[in-house]
Amino acid sequence: MAAYDVKPNEQVHPGKPVIVDRYTVSARINHWITAASLILLALSGLAMFHPSLFFLSGLFGGGQFTRFIHPWIGVLLFFSFLGLFLRFWKANLWRPEDGTWLARFRDVLSNHEDNVPEVGKYNAGQKLVFWSMSILIVILISSGIVIWQQYFAAYTTIGQQRVALLVHSIAAVAIIGVWIIHFYSAIWVRGTIPAMTRGRVTGGWAWRHHRKWLRELIAGKPDGRSGSNPAE
Amino acid sequence: MFPPLPNPSTTDTAPRFSGKDLIRRSASTVPAPEQRLTEVAKLIDVSKCIGCKACQTACIEWNDTHPEIGFNAGVYENPADLTPDMFTLMRYSEWDNPETNELEWLIRKDGCMHCADPGCLKACPAPGAIVQYSNGIVDFVHENCIGCGYCIKGCPFNIPRISKVDHTAYKCTLCSDRVAVGQGPACAKACPTQAIVFGTKDEMKQHADGRIKDLKSRGYSNAGLYDPPGVGGTHVMYVLHHADQPELYSGLPKEPKISPLVEAWKGVTKYAGLTILGVAAGVGLLHHLVMGPNRVSETDEEHAEELTEGDNDGRI
Repeated sequence: MAAYDVKPNEQVHPGKPVIVDRYTVSARINHWITAASLILLALSGLAMFHPSLFFLSGLFGGGQFTRFIHPWIGVLLFFSFLGLFLRFWKANLWRPEDGTWLARFRDVLSNHEDNVPEVGKYNAGQKLVFWSMSILIVILISSGIVIWQQYFAAYTTIGQQRVALLVHSIAAVAIIGVWIIHFYSAIWVRGTIPAMTRGRVTGGWAWRHHRKWLRELIAGKPDGRSGSNPAE
Repeated sequence: MFPPLPNPSTTDTAPRFSGKDLIRRSASTVPAPEQRLTEVAKLIDVSKCIGCKACQTACIEWNDTHPEIGFNAGVYENPADLTPDMFTLMRYSEWDNPETNELEWLIRKDGCMHCADPGCLKACPAPGAIVQYSNGIVDFVHENCIGCGYCIKGCPFNIPRISKVDHTAYKCTLCSDRVAVGQGPACAKACPTQAIVFGTKDEMKQHADGRIKDLKSRGYSNAGLYDPPGVGGTHVMYVLHHADQPELYSGLPKEPKISPLVEAWKGVTKYAGLTILGVAAGVGLLHHLVMGPNRVSETDEEHAEELTEGDNDGRI
């Protein structure tokens, strides 16, 4: 069976410790553009969401500029996330082991990962974050266009705009919640952040958290041995 | 006839109300004013309106707006809708009264109603961009406006308009600057038939009573005052000959109130939203304190090394 979530350019570099490629340069740049957009959107959006957070508009040079820039960052995020989606969707398809993993989520939370099934490049939690983000971003961009006063106010009724405002704010709260989960997991599971900064993780990290992916990488190695096998 | 307001004196007059008379300020709180001003109101008697548009002209002149030269859209309305430069608009409806078989020309001067419970102010995210004085005037403060258009969604009467020039919202101010020095709104001043009168809200209600009695005596049995309680009453009121059917007057809403969607958005969503996010962050922090980080162990690294080497050995 073809390893569904192994990319041809992912290499395992033997050594002490073993180093495993996880994200290409372009995937990392794509991720950080998305991340920066999401944070800027959350800050500017929260400024317009709750009066006690209006001061955040100062970060963007005042209310008028916050109002102007927020939707444009949204457009940037949409296309940037589209890039991530096209890169990662296949590896995020639901697999039989994901249900079991989720059912034993307690063990995951208590750092007893030995009790959960071996998973591929992404575990069920990461897949849920991925699909939640994908769905919420579609909801946010579509409701956001409806309430983009400057250019799109004329195309919808005020009644539709009221619905869009409510949907947009609820979806925004949800996506910030998903982001908190995503951000916290990256800190809690040590060794994760280098995956998105330098693009690589240690073999131990892959063994501990994504053993199936590591096995697939090693099993598939002869096909991709061309470049980096200094021992040869 | 309602006694018109006297002409202003030529000496400087101190304003009769100011920032200390605010009872509401958007996205912020204000201390309750020491004493409340008498509530004012504009009464528009549609039965007396002749549709001359003197009110529109006076409004443009006083507020120094510069509407674009319009075009004839085939109806009497000009411009076709309220704009950032046209705070008030005569709207004309022709209605075939089924009871009398007569054509009635119902003309309504549209504009801000100065609600006691203003939806625009409730929806506004910018501190101090919309204010309400204790005399009932709801005013937009342009230097605080961010141009988001939330006021448009909050308004039950579809009144505010955003300028494409300075990206701030505009609407009738009830001539707050004239009222502050004892004058009435420019439109009331210009109205040749006293279809628009201005005074305290009580005076206006009293005056309306007289007008309604008169209309009833002439066969308009449903004549009445439009001061909708759904928005806490308004400081612009209409005398309507068909008060039971306000929709006849170019869609004047029968029971206007702030949309429940806006109430939900500015109420439970706002508070629950921040609470949920705060709790999520707190749970994360607590989890880290209690469970600690999930670290890769030496054994994990060794397993990975074995797996890698085993593979190499096997293949070479």
